Amino acid sequence: MNVTVIRAGFLTTVQDLGRTGHRQFGVSSGGALDLHAMRIANLLVGNDETAAGLEITQRDVRLRFEDERIISWCGGVYKASVALRSIPAGHSTLVSAGDELSISGPQQGCRGWLAISGGIAVVPVLGSRSTDLRGNFGGLGGRALRDGDIVPLGKNSERTNVWIDNLRAERIAQWSAPQPWSQTATANPVLRVVRGAEWNGFNDVTLQRFASEAFAVSPDSDRMGVRLAGPELRRTDDVAEPGEAGQLFQERLRATSSELNRKSWTTQPIEPIGCPSGGKRLDLVSEAVAPGTIQVPPSGMPILLLGDCQTIGGYPKIAQVITVDLSVAAQLCAGDHVRFSEVSIADAHGLLLQRERELERFRIGLSLHDS
Amino acid sequence: MQITALGDSALIVRLRDRFEDAPDETLNEILRTFRRLQEAAIPGVIELAPAYTTVAVFFDPLRMINDGAKPDGVIELLVQRIGEVLAGGRRRHKRGATHTAEIPVCYDLEFAMDLKRVAHHAQISPSEVVDLHRGAEYRVNCIGFTPGFPYLTGLPDKLATPRHTVPRKEIPAGSVAIGGAQAGIYPQKSPGGWNVIGRTPLRLFDPQRDPPALLQTGDQMRFRKITREEFESLNG
Repeated sequence: MNVTVIRAGFLTTVQDLGRTGHRQFGVSSGGALDLHAMRIANLLVGNDETAAGLEITQRDVRLRFEDERIISWCGGVYKASVALRSIPAGHSTLVSAGDELSISGPQQGCRGWLAISGGIAVVPVLGSRSTDLRGNFGGLGGRALRDGDIVPLGKNSERTNVWIDNLRAERIAQWSAPQPWSQTATANPVLRVVRGAEWNGFNDVTLQRFASEAFAVSPDSDRMGVRLAGPELRRTDDVAEPGEAGQLFQERLRATSSELNRKSWTTQPIEPIGCPSGGKRLDLVSEAVAPGTIQVPPSGMPILLLGDCQTIGGYPKIAQVITVDLSVAAQLCAGDHVRFSEVSIADAHGLLLQRERELERFRIGLSLHDS
Repeated sequence: MQITALGDSALIVRLRDRFEDAPDETLNEILRTFRRLQEAAIPGVIELAPAYTTVAVFFDPLRMINDGAKPDGVIELLVQRIGEVLAGGRRRHKRGATHTAEIPVCYDLEFAMDLKRVAHHAQISPSEVVDLHRGAEYRVNCIGFTPGFPYLTGLPDKLATPRHTVPRKEIPAGSVAIGGAQAGIYPQKSPGGWNVIGRTPLRLFDPQRDPPALLQTGDQMRFRKITREEFESLNG
């Protein structure tokens, strides 16, 4: 069975928990930009956490179902409805053959993750069903969904079938995911970071500003990374004139932020330097980067990398957003302001462990609905 | 050796500060380290990523804690394990029979948008550029930028050409290019700022292949000049 895409929206892609083991070949980890939200949405429809769902970016999406499915969504502040009945985030919802789901907004944040019971049944490529937009593989033909696409679904699990029977009357389940997991967008978030490898290479004023001032999110952001504008971040050994590039960036930001021109929502990836020759002051030998890395190009305006980021980069890394806060980072959109606050790696691991324990309790709670 | 954190789920093992002083030696050291860590299969380590002077070690902190690591001591434990693996007896790694891959390139101007620019910069003729380019031996230092994109050393000094200050919006798949002192090949259609001097009909990256990248870090290779007709027949 399938689901038909009536309106594909701005950028809707098939995503699961991403790829591992292929960075050495230059393949990004990819996957849902909020892996935790994708896991939660999957659990709410009776799927395995690793099942593939849809990542919705920005604008409106409309889908039509051919058979009975349980669906659930998490992410930004969207309005979702089936047959005029509104479906709150983080709730298991029964849909029937012919039902149309419409997701509109968002009022806050910029992405949502939709799980459909049975999962999106595209063929895994390099161990994942995620769409790799730069490599043009995975997902549905290695590309974003288009109007009219027919997306194949897998079979409902036994658990889902039990839930379907139980939900025939109420349609929308009483149970739900904790709100901080299903509604992740916040107006002016503070992202927790650990120090990056080149932290000590930045001058004191820069480090102070990085930890205290707000950075504006540029419209020039996508699944690879979020471009930020704010106080220029300068390295100790950087004697360049206060950056022209930075000023240009600010001007461009001012020019576009008034209308939130979403058409320009794409960054131009540039080859990392690789190995600089002649020892230019600001070029580092390229090395691994990862989702969460905050790198600082010569303009002094940082870029926060997300799931589709390149595997290597040559810009100095001032800090790295901790894993549990990547959910919030995935919702940053033009006009938002973000701040950073430093924690230790042990704290980051503690927070991750705490979330995983809460997730385990959530799983147990869901299993109570199996009969 | 120096180990730094790349966030809460990866470490970067830095073996040297500089690459260009001794590229071959550095690359061999990186490959040795990469293979050793791969064979050691440290519990909780999920993947390794070599690049020039470093090997990145990606790990799952939750799995390490599950396996008995103290929640506030994951990094210390992993650093210790990596240290033990790399300090262990210097076992001889046979360097797999080094074969030299041959990449066919059509240098026709239709594909070589920047051949004249490179020739002008080097103050030689385009055909001399081609002869220098195909006469050299290259080595893959790193794979990155896009899936399967090889960064190559071995480019004759004379051919070193600065990147375009304004990158092109689209460079065709298979484009063979020069960026500064490095050479490379674009596996996919992508934006890019390097000087394109030819095109290969080979697929540098195929996700259905195992391994998916035609060239891998450490490989040796050279370019072979082909005609437009050969390009078409190989492209089929």
